[in-house]
Amino acid sequence: MTHSVPESVPRPAAAPRRKPGYRFNLVGIIGLSVLLFWAVIAVIAPWVIPYPVGEIVDYDALGPMTAKFWLGTDYLGRDILSRVLMGARYTVGISLASVTLACSLGVTLGMIAAVSGGWLDTLLSRFLDAMNSIPSKLFGLVVVAAVGSSLPVLVLTMAVIYVPGSFRFARALAVNINTMDFVTAARIRGERTPYLILSEILPNILGPVLADLGLRFVFTVLLLSGLSFLGLGVQPPYADWGAMVRENIGGLAFGAPAVIFPCVAIATLTISVNLLIDNLPQKIRDRSDA
Amino acid sequence: MSQLVEIRDLKVSAKTDAGRTVEIIKGVSFDIAPGEIVALIGESGSGKTTIALTLMGHCRPGCRISGGSVRVDGQDMVTLTERERAEVRGTKVAYVPQSAAAAFNPSATIMDQVIEVTRIHGLMPPEQARTLAVELFRALSLPNPDSIGERYPHQVSGGQLQRLSAAMALIGSPKVVIFDEPTTALDVTTQIEVLRAFKAVMRKGGIAGVYVSHDLAVVAQIADRIVVLRGGEVQESGSTDQILHRAGHPYTRQLLAAFEPVPRSPEEAARVTDLRPLLEVDKLVAGYGPIQADGLPLVRALKSVSLSVQRGRNLGIIGESGCGKSTLARAIAGILPRRGGNIIFDGRELSPDARQRSREELRTLQIVFQSADTALNPAKSVEDLLGRPLTFYHGLKGKARDQRVDQLLDMVHLPKTVRHRRATELSGGQKQRVNFARALAADPKLILCDEITSALDTVVAAAIIELLKELQRELGLSYLFISHDLSVVEAICDEILVMYAGEKIEQLTPATVGSPDNHPYSRLLFSSTPKLDPTWLDSLEQDPELVRAYCRR
Repeated sequence: MTHSVPESVPRPAAAPRRKPGYRFNLVGIIGLSVLLFWAVIAVIAPWVIPYPVGEIVDYDALGPMTAKFWLGTDYLGRDILSRVLMGARYTVGISLASVTLACSLGVTLGMIAAVSGGWLDTLLSRFLDAMNSIPSKLFGLVVVAAVGSSLPVLVLTMAVIYVPGSFRFARALAVNINTMDFVTAARIRGERTPYLILSEILPNILGPVLADLGLRFVFTVLLLSGLSFLGLGVQPPYADWGAMVRENIGGLAFGAPAVIFPCVAIATLTISVNLLIDNLPQKIRDRSDA
Repeated sequence: MSQLVEIRDLKVSAKTDAGRTVEIIKGVSFDIAPGEIVALIGESGSGKTTIALTLMGHCRPGCRISGGSVRVDGQDMVTLTERERAEVRGTKVAYVPQSAAAAFNPSATIMDQVIEVTRIHGLMPPEQARTLAVELFRALSLPNPDSIGERYPHQVSGGQLQRLSAAMALIGSPKVVIFDEPTTALDVTTQIEVLRAFKAVMRKGGIAGVYVSHDLAVVAQIADRIVVLRGGEVQESGSTDQILHRAGHPYTRQLLAAFEPVPRSPEEAARVTDLRPLLEVDKLVAGYGPIQADGLPLVRALKSVSLSVQRGRNLGIIGESGCGKSTLARAIAGILPRRGGNIIFDGRELSPDARQRSREELRTLQIVFQSADTALNPAKSVEDLLGRPLTFYHGLKGKARDQRVDQLLDMVHLPKTVRHRRATELSGGQKQRVNFARALAADPKLILCDEITSALDTVVAAAIIELLKELQRELGLSYLFISHDLSVVEAICDEILVMYAGEKIEQLTPATVGSPDNHPYSRLLFSSTPKLDPTWLDSLEQDPELVRAYCRR
């Protein structure tokens, strides 16, 4: 018996090597395009809006959709199209900033907790559990009421609110990976924690973590809209979509476009993110079943 | 009709992740006569289980019977409707799974589950079914046949559970029973009892069977005919005697050859002149659970084990599951800090915890894990897997590192083309070679091999053992080789240490294995290893006292 015995190769040599496919399916493409649309709008809004955001351009408040004002006007007679487009900046920008902050912090801490174990794990887990027990809207209300509403405050507040969830999620995934032999192998090679979490753990939990990031982004958008609806978010004359719903809520009874379109904007953004993460390319999703 | 089962030109296709359809069974035909046991043997992925399942008209998710016919007692399972198939399952064809533990519902009593088939098919009143079940328990030589049915699955041992799942299969008095590797997960001493019980009950009832296994020696004991499969095709089929003694096909001969290990020649071991011990383990104690008042852990998996490994020599550790052999490797490697005793490696005392050991100590003592699937990071390419220890221990970068990776791949006989592949894109044997190459990358003096061939097919495992020997000749390594498989240990080790229940029973050389002055437990263990001889099981006599003392059947 020699080693020349051919071992079965899982893929026949003749078969073409499958290209690393970052291919989306149709629904995924739709989700991605809507998301990209809003992202682009958020960047270019100041150059494409037809009217300045704070300017009263029409004496007809809560006006209908016309050729001049495509999406009608709001309760003060300001152009809704301009305000929705500019609102994308706030809604998408603030949410993205805070969710990125929350997830990077949460995931890093989660992995550290899983890899270190022991008292550090207990300390982090219990502390973040305790934070989790504070109702998010109430926390937001208290902080914004106490220090006033500004963009950094909003971003940080919402980041703090979503760190515990992200931590729990990442820790649960990382604990499973941590017990695998390859992590043990790296550990007895003498590797330190930063290498373990970045090189051994992170690549194997990336798929679910990205999906979680998407979901949490949606939560953030909704929380921001909620805070703005209560008047604690973006302050006038600027407005994110949630604030616009609040401003124009009086028009709901008349079916004014002023209240409908901000809602549509929130809905399209959140639904498209959901569609996207449900239909992530196989290549990314595969990472989860390591 | 003369044949009970007629499989003609059976084809099964499967859908891959990429959406391609591949044929995994490529036109297989064979017959089973009433009362005959046919074994399907082959390596993993050869389609043996897939074929066995088609006897029930069942395919695993993603698979589809795409051609041919499977006639069982006159009915073609391929063309039956799902409802008709359900009628047949349990009454004509029954199934004994590999893992009985996973097949039983932990929250219902054994009796309820065993007689479930009679209830579903309305075969007989429950009282009658229970009486029949007790008879079957007795026939399968289960202890306390009258009361064992009242227990829950976790209250009986693995070997008993496997026999109970046979009772579950037999209660509907089927014509054919499918055994899907029923003894693979069992210890050798337990396997004997289970095999005996199966054989007796099948012979008495004149029931036909399909026995799926990768172990030719086990199959030789129970089967009348053997069908050798590879890559979804029949390589050879014939009576057991014919296959064992007059095998025609080269692949069958390879399978047979893997059973006759070439022992390490004494000259090879004698070439090493430096006889200072490399590793000395003195009264090692280790375990799991909270530390008790006496400073020892709650569950002591190792109770004072001492051993020594000399330079250029190999020590084999053999024992059944739960004897502490893996814990021994983990304690030596420092993954599980020891609670007592001492480890001296290369003249220096090793600290209990790997975190407190110096990089040099970690480098010279490497461990290779059993399952290459979990030991290789699926997110990394082979190049990265092998490159990391090179950078970490030797500071190699860029071109020097690439060259060394190529050398390592060459050493383990892998083509250079695999370096960009990920572990999931390699076969089991290839993965284990990469796993081993990673340990070699550190330039170790001692490699702890923890069941490294257990997850591999016989032929592939034999090739890995040859590779290990060859590398030892070239690099002057030592191995601490842990296995439950005596033939593997005999093939590579200069000395064999037998373990039982966390203790060292005795230390032997391969030459003295099987001699009458072995420790009773060693004798029991060695005599329980199946031999290729078909009469082995029937002629085997074991001291019942000994069996009672050492087996948790």
